[in-house]
Amino acid sequence: MLIKRAFSGDPKPSEITDAKSYAARRCFLKFSCATAMGAALMLPTESPWAEENGLAADFNNLKASPFSTTEEKTSFRDATRYNNFYEFGTAKGDPERNAHTLRVRPWTVAVEGEAGKPRIFDIDELLKISPLEERIYRLRCVEAWSMVIPWVGFPLAELLKRVEPTGNAKFVEFTTLHDPEQMPGQRSTMLDWPYVEGLRLDEARHPLTILAVGLYGNVLPKQNGAPIRLIVPWKYGFKSIKSIVRIRLTEEPPLTTWMKAAPREYGFYANVNPEVDHPRWSQAKERRIGDFLKRPTLMFNGYGEQVAHLYSGMDLQKYF
Amino acid sequence: MKQALKLKHLSNPAIHRLKLVVFLACLIPLARLAVADLGADPVDTLTRSTGRWALNFLFISLAITPLRKFTGWLWLVRLRRTVALYSFFYACLHLGVYVVFDQFFDWAAIVRDIAKRPYITAGFFSFVLLVPLAITSTNGMIRRLGGRRWQHLHRLVYLIAISGVFHYLWLVKRDITGPAWYALILCGLLSARMLTRPRVRTGALDKGSMSSTIGVSGGTSMMVERGRE
Repeated sequence: MLIKRAFSGDPKPSEITDAKSYAARRCFLKFSCATAMGAALMLPTESPWAEENGLAADFNNLKASPFSTTEEKTSFRDATRYNNFYEFGTAKGDPERNAHTLRVRPWTVAVEGEAGKPRIFDIDELLKISPLEERIYRLRCVEAWSMVIPWVGFPLAELLKRVEPTGNAKFVEFTTLHDPEQMPGQRSTMLDWPYVEGLRLDEARHPLTILAVGLYGNVLPKQNGAPIRLIVPWKYGFKSIKSIVRIRLTEEPPLTTWMKAAPREYGFYANVNPEVDHPRWSQAKERRIGDFLKRPTLMFNGYGEQVAHLYSGMDLQKYF
Repeated sequence: MKQALKLKHLSNPAIHRLKLVVFLACLIPLARLAVADLGADPVDTLTRSTGRWALNFLFISLAITPLRKFTGWLWLVRLRRTVALYSFFYACLHLGVYVVFDQFFDWAAIVRDIAKRPYITAGFFSFVLLVPLAITSTNGMIRRLGGRRWQHLHRLVYLIAISGVFHYLWLVKRDITGPAWYALILCGLLSARMLTRPRVRTGALDKGSMSSTIGVSGGTSMMVERGRE
């Protein structure tokens, strides 16, 4: 009856080395004192995640983005130990504990459907689709907590351009890997696997919408949706589907996993909206991970200036 | 056999020592919260842990009477008040965390929440009903109310437990494994209570209610009598 993750003897947040210092220390050790200067220069080139995933180096020379917030970032530790990724269990600590079984190489993403040039992309090819950017976004979970995470990624629009959507394409459907061997949570019937999410084509093409392949300058940890995931910062976190294997352009709106699971509680849009409550709890406030008190939730998670026009004239109480 | 006999009748000093052990043991969940890493969302951890232990101690207190009948260990009932009051204690902490960290004393918002959110309504309902039970838990109050009225009042505990489980069930997003276990255990406890209930003959009922009441208040002579029934 205990809350498992609470008593595991983890270090206090204050004791946790941030990702950069950790990487820096590794560099320091590796190159020893004589090359300490050089190592310092190579700071973002090595990380534990990069090694584990067989990548030679971390991301460097990331393009900064005007969309990035200057708010204080959530700690790397919290962003990688407090996750909703039901494919690996429903408790927040489960993904960190269980996601090691996920194999992120080889990995392909099929981009298909209403497209002139549908094709299958290899993950390493996707990494080079467009210059990788750092996007520091607010992430608002439907459970009324939030984080600020520096993602590494590229606009989804860049990928969609390559397959040339046809005139019939109105929506985009995303699908997560379905393999209970690698994703033990899929052995339960908690949700109808595989996980499916969807966007309207204009939402998918919006410059804020990215495919993320990393965070904090590192390769995406498995519990965060490696090797590639969607980030739609003005929508509740569950829209930002993880470990994507298929992207399909469609004429009809896709039926998403949460709409199937609880149609009364989760709609297609799932835009962050403090005025439209979840049927069972309020969405007016949120707790930023690291804070004790709640703060007011912002309309479209604070991205209204960029995205409000996508929904002009729509009744957001109805299209929740 | 000898061992069983020994357990059946503990001496008064032994029971007092046991009470102290139980009193301290019930503080362990709180002590752990004080020293453990509370994770990425400490408020969530505090809320869940205190809520869960309020329910756990309530269930343990409900299990005591069936367990006493099953084992014949009459002294078990003398531990019940301690455990049940701890349920109230953790429920207070649970509510406190909500009032301070979730709402920061925004009473209007709290009232709105209670009126609008079924899971909060259920939780608050449980808490409110726990208050009179805690207040009337003293020996003096039991005497003042009289055994029978006291017992009638304290039957509210079943309602509290049921609405406590609904409080839990209605707040989870998808995985209802946790509340489902509590619901199952509660069904077990309720049926155990039904099966071991004294026969519904007025005389027997009176006698039964008196003895179990005094049991709570700590009288040993009546306990022995209960054992002879």
